[in-house]
Amino acid sequence: MSKIKLTKVPFSGTAKQEKELRDKLATIKKMDGALMPALQAAQDIYGYLPAEVQQIISEELDISLEEIFGVATFYSQFSLNPKGNIEISICMGTACYVKGSGEVLDKFKEILKIDAGDCTADGKYGLVATRCIGCCGLAPVLTVNDKVYGKVTVSDVEKIIEENS
Amino acid sequence: MYRNHILVCGGTGCASGNSQQIFEEFENRIRAKGLEEEVKVIMTGCFGLCACGPVVVVYPEGAFYQQVKVENVKEIVNEHIVKGRIVSHLLYKDKTAAEEQIKALNDTTFYKNQHRVALKNCGYIDPENIDEYIAYDGYQALIKCYQELTPQQVIDIIKESGLRGRGGGGFPTGLKWQFTKNAPGEVKYVCCNADEGDPGAFMDRSVLEGDPHALIEAMTIAGYAVGAEQGFVYVRAEYPIAVKRLQIAIRQAKEYGLLGKNILGTKNNFDLEIRLGSGAFVCGEETALMASIEGKRGEPRPRPPFPAVKGLFGKPTLLNNVETFANIPQIILKGAEWFSSMGTDKSKGTKVFALGGKITNTGLVEIPMGTTLRTVIEDIGGGIPGGKKFKAAQTGGPSGGCIPAKYLDIPIDYDNLIEIGSMMGSGGLIVMDEDNCMVDIAKFFLEFTQEESCGKCTPCRIGTKRLLEYLEKITSGKADLQDLEDMEKLCYYIKDNSLCGLGQTAPNPVLSTLRYFKDEYIAHVVDKKCPAGVCKDLLQYFITDNCKGCTLCAKKCPVGAISGKVKEKHVIDPEKCIKCGVCMDVCKFNAVIKK
Repeated sequence: MSKIKLTKVPFSGTAKQEKELRDKLATIKKMDGALMPALQAAQDIYGYLPAEVQQIISEELDISLEEIFGVATFYSQFSLNPKGNIEISICMGTACYVKGSGEVLDKFKEILKIDAGDCTADGKYGLVATRCIGCCGLAPVLTVNDKVYGKVTVSDVEKIIEENS
Repeated sequence: MYRNHILVCGGTGCASGNSQQIFEEFENRIRAKGLEEEVKVIMTGCFGLCACGPVVVVYPEGAFYQQVKVENVKEIVNEHIVKGRIVSHLLYKDKTAAEEQIKALNDTTFYKNQHRVALKNCGYIDPENIDEYIAYDGYQALIKCYQELTPQQVIDIIKESGLRGRGGGGFPTGLKWQFTKNAPGEVKYVCCNADEGDPGAFMDRSVLEGDPHALIEAMTIAGYAVGAEQGFVYVRAEYPIAVKRLQIAIRQAKEYGLLGKNILGTKNNFDLEIRLGSGAFVCGEETALMASIEGKRGEPRPRPPFPAVKGLFGKPTLLNNVETFANIPQIILKGAEWFSSMGTDKSKGTKVFALGGKITNTGLVEIPMGTTLRTVIEDIGGGIPGGKKFKAAQTGGPSGGCIPAKYLDIPIDYDNLIEIGSMMGSGGLIVMDEDNCMVDIAKFFLEFTQEESCGKCTPCRIGTKRLLEYLEKITSGKADLQDLEDMEKLCYYIKDNSLCGLGQTAPNPVLSTLRYFKDEYIAHVVDKKCPAGVCKDLLQYFITDNCKGCTLCAKKCPVGAISGKVKEKHVIDPEKCIKCGVCMDVCKFNAVIKK
């Protein structure tokens, strides 16, 4: 498991978001094994899982904060940090890797001057080395938010950043 | 009756290439021409030939259009649908076909050597329409079970068929069902593992996307056989299309009385719930998967007790993977003998592989067990692009190994693959050519398993970390021969002492590359060279005679390592060079090489 990094960005959740979450949790808590669906719902609403949100889940589900933190940090899809507005995810599945996605990722790191899993200081770009997204026919693949770029080469990187600036 | 059917692939690969828009464009244009009564447009699951996506097939001709763009739709409708003239420049060109000749889909070399059982309906039916599944014998197997067979008879058929788990381990499926049935307890569960974690594999996803009802039917049959009334499908959250189609399928099955209380008017009940994974590879391990459904950290626990006795929420639980389930309805309908007539002595039936990497026809293939790797790679896969030389095929993902060229003619089955140091795994098959460094590949897989190690047991948590450090040392040219020896010992230690399958198989990529590609390790350790030219720290950049002396590289070099006069060949100072590769990127004459 990778090191746990906690965000320094102040929490900016709204009352509306909180109400939406508490309403959803009212249904979810009736399920067996409710914690995973609860965390997934919370991440859908807030985009990440800061301590404040985990606290709400703890209250509603009557599960200790410590246990929630344990589960939230176990799974790679759960994020304790806010994401960049423009999320660049480079597929590091085997099919993409053997076709050079590692070099593509290095180029992004070099240009954006951040590591995979971080976002730029202005919160604009986030860089993620993601697991196989399953379009191995397009390898190497990356996504910028929901847009898919296939057969990417190192020389495309600058253009992709420009296109999405 | 429709005179034409237009099938648009809606699998993830093609959907990433805008197939949803292509589908809508077809519908709009067909409607504009007033042909909606004559021509039906359908969005199907994966056709398998993802390299050619987005794929569109027009029946009855079976014209296979490849790499279709939204702009091409107008031409296909105007020419093919209206005038009956096939748009030949968009057709898939089979290597063996004469120019301009249309081949029926099943006659192309890609499909000819395949035998589709688990993928029977993928690419043929609309996965969001239960009627199409029913028209293809859907839910007939379930009716047969309820009307003609006792639960024990169902299990006997599965046992006789010789079906083994398709998720990796290859445990006999019938036995697993029997253990669960025999376990005492009122409440039992049926679980489906659809948490396809192997990077570079997408077999299960394609079944979920292309034929979700097959899974629902199979799980309902399993519920009847083992005595369970509740099922769970544990799907990766990264598969949004699969999740959506499965949700639709479950809703439709409930509406038709094929799921829920008193199914088909019988006393049988079975309900199905979807649970999403959240990106933990270890959750492919059965005890970890169940912990995750229970809402805990997905950590495995020692077995026994096996899930068949004490599984989900402490109750007896049957757990199979998607592809295993996808075989069940047809085994029930066509009989155990039909199934066991395919395959080899100990591995019956077919296996789906996700073919990827350095191969022409990237995609999804289903072959009878016992087919050789050569057939898969050279015939079905269309060989390696760019005239490069085959180096290895990797099966079994991070738990498997690399198979060198000398074993290309070995029939693929569970036991043969284990014998040559790899494993079936869930079915990822990645082809590598001479440009891939085997040490780097081993390091890639170890980075993956090390990160995915859940940390519960020490041999895996610390062992994989140390193993990765050895590999980093080797690829940076700092290792000696003693390190190689120590690394191999550590591999066996991790294998023997880890708690679950993740740790027990994590050293396989290292061991198999050590076994077949020791010369590459030696080259890294002794000669401090990476023969494939991948490991950065061991490379040196050179300028060849192609250099025109344009000075661009010298200007761009961030450390001033390049010198030379205008219009004369430049030189790189290896002492100063930081191997950033900028010179190679900027050179317009391909004069910079690395070796």
